[in-house]
Amino acid sequence: MTATAGLMSARLALRWLVGGEWRAHPARLAMTAIAIAIGVALGFAVHLVNGSALSSFEGALRTVNGAADVQVIASTPLGFDERLYPRIATAAGIVDASPVVKLSASVADRRFTLLGVDVIRAAQVTPSLIGVATAGVDRSSDAAFDGAALFLSPAAMRMLRTRPGAMLRVAANGRAWPLRVAGSLPGVGDAQAIGVMDIAAAQWRFDRLGRLDRIDVKRGEGATDEALTTLLPPQAVIGTAASDGARSDALSRAYRVNLDMLALVALLTGGFLVFSAQSLSVARRLRAFALVRTLGLPRGGIVATVAVEGLAIGVIGSALGLAIGYALAYGALSRFGGDLGAGYFADGRVRLAFAPLAAIGFFSLGLAAAVAGSILPARAAARAAPAVALRNAGDLIDPRAPVAWKPAALLVGLGGVAALLPAIDGLPIFGFASMALILAGGIAGMPWLARTLLTPLARGPGRYVPFDLAIRHLHGAPGQAATALCGIVASSALMIAMAVMVTSFRGAVDTWLGQVLSADLYLRVDGGSGLPPAVQARLATTPGVARMAFSRQVPLTLRADRPPLSLIARPVADAGDPTLLLLDRAETLPAGATPVWPSEPAARLYGWSVGQRITLPIGGQYVVAGIWRDYARQQGAIVIRDRDYARITGDTLRDEAAVTLAPGADPQATGEAIRQGVPADMRERLSIAQPGTLRAYALDLFDRSFTVTYLLEGVAILVGLAGVAATMSAQTMARTREFGMLRHIGVARHQIVAMLASEGALLGAVGALGGIGLGTVLAQVLVHVINPQSFNWTMETRMPWTTLAGVMVALVVAAAGTAVMAGRRAVAADAVRMVREDW
Amino acid sequence: MPGGRRLFDGLDLTMRGGELVAIIGESGVGKSTLLNILAGLDPADEGSVAIDGIVLGTLDETALTGLRARRVGFVFQAFHVLPYLTLRQNVALPLALVSHDRRAIERRAQDMLDRVGLGTRGDGYARDLSGGELQRVAIARALVHRPALILADEPTGNLDPDTAARILSLFAEAVREDGVAAIIVTHSRAAAAIADRTLTLTSGGLIPAA
Repeated sequence: MTATAGLMSARLALRWLVGGEWRAHPARLAMTAIAIAIGVALGFAVHLVNGSALSSFEGALRTVNGAADVQVIASTPLGFDERLYPRIATAAGIVDASPVVKLSASVADRRFTLLGVDVIRAAQVTPSLIGVATAGVDRSSDAAFDGAALFLSPAAMRMLRTRPGAMLRVAANGRAWPLRVAGSLPGVGDAQAIGVMDIAAAQWRFDRLGRLDRIDVKRGEGATDEALTTLLPPQAVIGTAASDGARSDALSRAYRVNLDMLALVALLTGGFLVFSAQSLSVARRLRAFALVRTLGLPRGGIVATVAVEGLAIGVIGSALGLAIGYALAYGALSRFGGDLGAGYFADGRVRLAFAPLAAIGFFSLGLAAAVAGSILPARAAARAAPAVALRNAGDLIDPRAPVAWKPAALLVGLGGVAALLPAIDGLPIFGFASMALILAGGIAGMPWLARTLLTPLARGPGRYVPFDLAIRHLHGAPGQAATALCGIVASSALMIAMAVMVTSFRGAVDTWLGQVLSADLYLRVDGGSGLPPAVQARLATTPGVARMAFSRQVPLTLRADRPPLSLIARPVADAGDPTLLLLDRAETLPAGATPVWPSEPAARLYGWSVGQRITLPIGGQYVVAGIWRDYARQQGAIVIRDRDYARITGDTLRDEAAVTLAPGADPQATGEAIRQGVPADMRERLSIAQPGTLRAYALDLFDRSFTVTYLLEGVAILVGLAGVAATMSAQTMARTREFGMLRHIGVARHQIVAMLASEGALLGAVGALGGIGLGTVLAQVLVHVINPQSFNWTMETRMPWTTLAGVMVALVVAAAGTAVMAGRRAVAADAVRMVREDW
Repeated sequence: MPGGRRLFDGLDLTMRGGELVAIIGESGVGKSTLLNILAGLDPADEGSVAIDGIVLGTLDETALTGLRARRVGFVFQAFHVLPYLTLRQNVALPLALVSHDRRAIERRAQDMLDRVGLGTRGDGYARDLSGGELQRVAIARALVHRPALILADEPTGNLDPDTAARILSLFAEAVREDGVAAIIVTHSRAAAAIADRTLTLTSGGLIPAA
């Protein structure tokens, strides 16, 4: 039996200490492991869903694009002149080029993407877009050049409920033609609804003569994007696989990052719960630790013991969390879809893809949260003098000891500074850092808050013994109160911050909708085409219609790596338009300048300010006349006067209209009359809605996009409340001897229970006040820093008073209720046994 | 000088193996502080303490911890038997801190339990035992690693007189058998009576008790 002192030599003792604790308190360890599991599960599930959706979306994009090296992409659905094609095809370093017409097409009310390709060129550049006739590969057969032949992807075949040989009446760009399903597109993935036909036929039949939407390019050595760019007209941009990825990423990145952050909040709360549980466990074992320190365990042995416990909690919790997370992701994809209800990826199926790196990442985060939550209290325990701790753990509590506030103030101050820093690569990294710092500061400041709030009560005259005892206990040991509360303060603060943000956002959207939806009826024609001028003139004279303001909305690609913004051509009154809510306007405009009005997100995304001269890919120079509030289009929008738009582009089709009814006109009857005035082939693509319906629909969309947010918040609160219950219970059970002493001196059982109820209620109230105060501060970072940096729109703060009152009541009731339940158990034992010195 | 108060001066004590010294004194005179200093848990302001010729003042915290693990045993008034370890593990704890030869450790712990009359209770837990039995476990734990010095702080303070007498007798016998130097700090005359020497701690140092 060799005998050497040290941490390694003491491993048998460490194993006994850890194993003994686990055998004695399995429920505590299980609960903390579950808290970690919930955090890891939520984080991993959200990440898997987002990752799977993005990967499916990018896959779909690659499919539609046919995996060309480079693409020349039209900036608007109006396309670009086809004479660009020979210049690109013959440019230096270009091996081959394939022209494409891309149309939004429909069969009845079912939509798909229709591509017109030159089959010979596409065979070289984008072979995945080559159709296969039922009889075999169709490259050399007549079907490939047959103007009425249509090849459909498996998804399109399913969606259109058709099969090879069938005839379909396909509508696109305001024209409709019968096409024969000649075969399928095996190179296109299973998720995307795509049809391919001959390019010449597509141009002729669907009114796109002389126009192209895309040129797919096969590049050789020496060809650069810069060289290609010099050949491009303003109506086209260069797109690559990288810009495709960036574009699909940008579409929902802020939303995904926000969800990820929210899921991490649950993990953080789990970490705080581990901290609470381990702090109490360490406090309970203080004399045991002092004993083994006295017997010769090095100081580091205490830290190692508790850290090993944390490690085990982390391993079990994280492994469980990954399994639950995968199941949750599967369920969420089936229930909400790839964007979790936010509406970013409306089309296509999403397959759940396991992400090993993310699994390792979330496993490590869970482990780190559990170990960090364990090491902090362990270090405090290791610092305690063994001689003092051995005698009585109560000696460590000194009600006269000042409570430190400076570290908390420093953290909050640093958080404030971080909130002032700009976004990095469009992501509010400093904003989230600011929230983390303020949260940490707020929690570090809880002992100070508890002491400050309770001091006036502690100094007051004695009222009722149980209540006085409760106040003095909390006032004397505010650190214990903070330990019990840190999990719930963290989760309730973040929940309140989210609630304030969502209330502010929803309120702003609701008010905005009330202001912009000022017409009596709205109509819209889907499917890319629009109402020609003659139809517009006829509709404007429909009985019951006082005025009809027609508009056109087309996607406009300014940069290949960003999703297109919306170009809205509509009438804008010279004297100011009440439906264009300007946040900023130019006092005067240069003579002859064409004014445009970017929305707030567009201005922030592209760095535009009022009075600035800008160019747009529809050609021409413009001046920013004002910036308007828009909560509908996150990727930005630009309003241009309809007459300017028609003059510059020649496009006189309109696909939307705001209808003002004559006094006394019936909206239903007038709507029906308008429908009858629309050409028959457009009627099924025409939707007419009243503002109330649109408003309800918009708010429903808003609520759906926050469904997962509410769910994650709820889970974080539940984890926090479980933490309060567990810590209140543990703290109460740890005071059994104190209660025994009180009963010896004549305090009745019910008075002890009343004392604990008072303590619980006070603790809950302190936690709720801390959580609400901290949450309100965090909400300002969310509303005024993270939201503008993520989504590029601003709003005023609105407080959800009912939610705040609910949180206050829930916390007070939960804390008091738990304390009473634990108290009843604690005082049930015989008073003599309770004071025995054998713990 | 804990709390800024000078507790005692001129303290001089040398002990041999197998000798049992009882220290008595009024409450607050510093008896427990003296034990802490002897164990290296608190530093002395002046003077030196040596165990087996090793001067405590020359050791850093790690070395002091190691010294306690190998050469010092403790018996406390409140027993401090860990409730979540078996009695055998409790006794074996000092050995488990310095060795991982589980079999040898458990064999030695069982021997000690046999010696204190609890040989059949090794797999039990603290909650199954009376106060006297708990203190026997504590004595076994103090002796298990064959220390040079045992420090006992009011070892019978929580026991009834009959049990206290039996425990003291067991303690004295074990100490002498093993040739360990032992110091008992006590208020109890009965405890002092079993000692080879009884000293009174005063602010002026240790003086033979009257």
